[in-house]
Amino acid sequence: MNPLLIQHRLKIAGLVIGLCILGLTFVLSMALGQVQTTIRTVIEAFTNYNPASTEHIIITTTRISRSSIAMVIGASLAVAGALMQALTRNPLASPSIFGINSGALFFVVFATVFLSTNSLLQLMWIAFLGGTIATIMVFFLASLGKDSLSPIKIVLAGAAITAFFSSFTQGLLVIDQQGLEGVLFWLGGSVAGRNLEMLQTILPFIVGAGIVALFLGNSINIFTSGEDIAKGLGQRVLLVKILMSIVIILLAGSSVAVGGSIGFIGLIVPHLVRLLVGIDYRWIIPYCAVCGGILLLLSDVIARLVIIPEEMPIGVMTALIGVPFFISIARRAGRTT
Amino acid sequence: MNKHTILRSSSDQVSFSLEKKSIIILPTLLLVSFILLILGLSVGSTMIHPWTIIEQILGSGDSDYTFIIETLRLPRMLLAFLVGAALAVSGLILQGIVRNPLASPDIIGITGGAKVAAVLFITYFSAVDIKWVPVVAILGAGIASFVIYLLAWKKGVNPIRFVLIGIGIDAGMGALVIMMLVLGPYYSTSEAYIWLAGSVYGANWFDVFSMLPWLLIFIPIAILLSRRINLQELGDDLATGLGSRVELDRFILVSISVALAGSAVAFAGGIGFIGLIAPHIARKLVGRSFASLVSVAAIIGGLIVMSADVVARTVFLPLDLPAGVFVSGIGAPFFIFLLYQNRNV
Repeated sequence: MNPLLIQHRLKIAGLVIGLCILGLTFVLSMALGQVQTTIRTVIEAFTNYNPASTEHIIITTTRISRSSIAMVIGASLAVAGALMQALTRNPLASPSIFGINSGALFFVVFATVFLSTNSLLQLMWIAFLGGTIATIMVFFLASLGKDSLSPIKIVLAGAAITAFFSSFTQGLLVIDQQGLEGVLFWLGGSVAGRNLEMLQTILPFIVGAGIVALFLGNSINIFTSGEDIAKGLGQRVLLVKILMSIVIILLAGSSVAVGGSIGFIGLIVPHLVRLLVGIDYRWIIPYCAVCGGILLLLSDVIARLVIIPEEMPIGVMTALIGVPFFISIARRAGRTT
Repeated sequence: MNKHTILRSSSDQVSFSLEKKSIIILPTLLLVSFILLILGLSVGSTMIHPWTIIEQILGSGDSDYTFIIETLRLPRMLLAFLVGAALAVSGLILQGIVRNPLASPDIIGITGGAKVAAVLFITYFSAVDIKWVPVVAILGAGIASFVIYLLAWKKGVNPIRFVLIGIGIDAGMGALVIMMLVLGPYYSTSEAYIWLAGSVYGANWFDVFSMLPWLLIFIPIAILLSRRINLQELGDDLATGLGSRVELDRFILVSISVALAGSAVAFAGGIGFIGLIAPHIARKLVGRSFASLVSVAAIIGGLIVMSADVVARTVFLPLDLPAGVFVSGIGAPFFIFLLYQNRNV
């Protein structure tokens, strides 16, 4: 199937339009919520701040951090997803496959139960550590034996490690039921109630990893044509794999650390983007960042509007959007086999 | 050397081959189960001498421990055994249909459906008698499997599509469960969470006798159909060529698998991994002939859940932990070991 945008000029124009839509959704997501405001109020809150207005205060404190976090996490999850699908050559790969979510969750639960940590900033680092350890375990397990790091091995190792951590998490939560309430939002994912400080702490990692990802585009193109071919073309395949993995760990790990387990963004966005720009990773990666940001912002807006006055956990929202999509991919994938 | 014994009915309608090894292995496993049962009955907050238990079972012991043994521990251990057996056979059948040794009912959304139904019931209808949870869970498993089957249908059901769609549905079910946990009232949340972890806590004879028919009906059917499962493993084209009605067989086999998994989840909640591990161990022990695999896998599944439950209720006394936590605590490392062992394949 041909992508919608073929010429270079069209692709650049598409990216610009995408950025405009992203900006628009960003403003929209600051305006909508339990306290409805208008887009004009949002703009005024920044250009002509009035400390007496409740709306202005809401916008400049909670809403702006929430929207920025949703945008950044969405972008990094989508890019991480694209890299994972390239690395495992599996169209259904996503962060949970690498055990990142389960590792992070286990460490968070462990810390809250035994070390009684409850500062969000500390928990964020702990989650990051947990995600990283789980991923390293998956990689170690998948690299044993011959044809190390083959797609099927990564998937299986991920499933095993995920189950391993989940069972311990479950055990801890059953022993300590007070802890359950505290960590439920990690299970469901959330971008609310976090301040910009958290985002600032992880932003360097995300930006750094994002830049590396952009530069990797060409190498990934070669890599996806098959390992043997890539080797034949003189690529240091192992190096590319390792770089991709580090980028994935940084992007997905910091997203999980801030937002808990938000699934399906990393799965859906790369597929949509491929429909737009084809299989060239030099384009896929920037498009993924933009579209991922848009999608998570929109999901967050819907999540806080559907069941006012309560809020749907955003991870549930993305899953409910993602599952029908996943099934349609699976139905298509089944045709060729 | 002929390692198989063929058993065949006079009309040739039913036939299956038994590996000779299983003639030794089956009685050994039964003996081990019996010993573990006696040991399990004797440990707990009140320790009872194993000999007293044997006397009690034979009906000649003194009645000091009757209540503990016959009302508290025996039904619980039997239920654990039945649940493990059902999950093991369910997994074995699925792995045959899908031709992938990594399929199991908890991965492809069958138990996911049961979980959603049960958590929904526990969270929002707890005013209604809790006894109905098993019925609701079986219904949930049935509906979820039907939906998966329907979505995977495209002029027939391709096994790979079936698994993929199952995984997708399972993710959706997981999201729904989390949604209900997050939005539900706190009291029912922790109750639902323990149910999800999988536990046979508080099992009684009524549970045992409600669970038993499912196994007594569906496991023999599975053994009778073993020839068709062997055909399914060959692949659709070859099976069709050999005169098998592939789609019909597949539908029947999936239904059996769903019935077994659904009933197990209904009585013990979300115990994972058994459907995956037990068939593997069974294959290591008796090879590939399906009839012996079914019985061996069933006993092994039963053994694992039964022992996990004994450990779960004794190690952290006075805490009584859900058996499911221990099953996956043992299961996951074992799975990793399997991966390690097959690293060069």
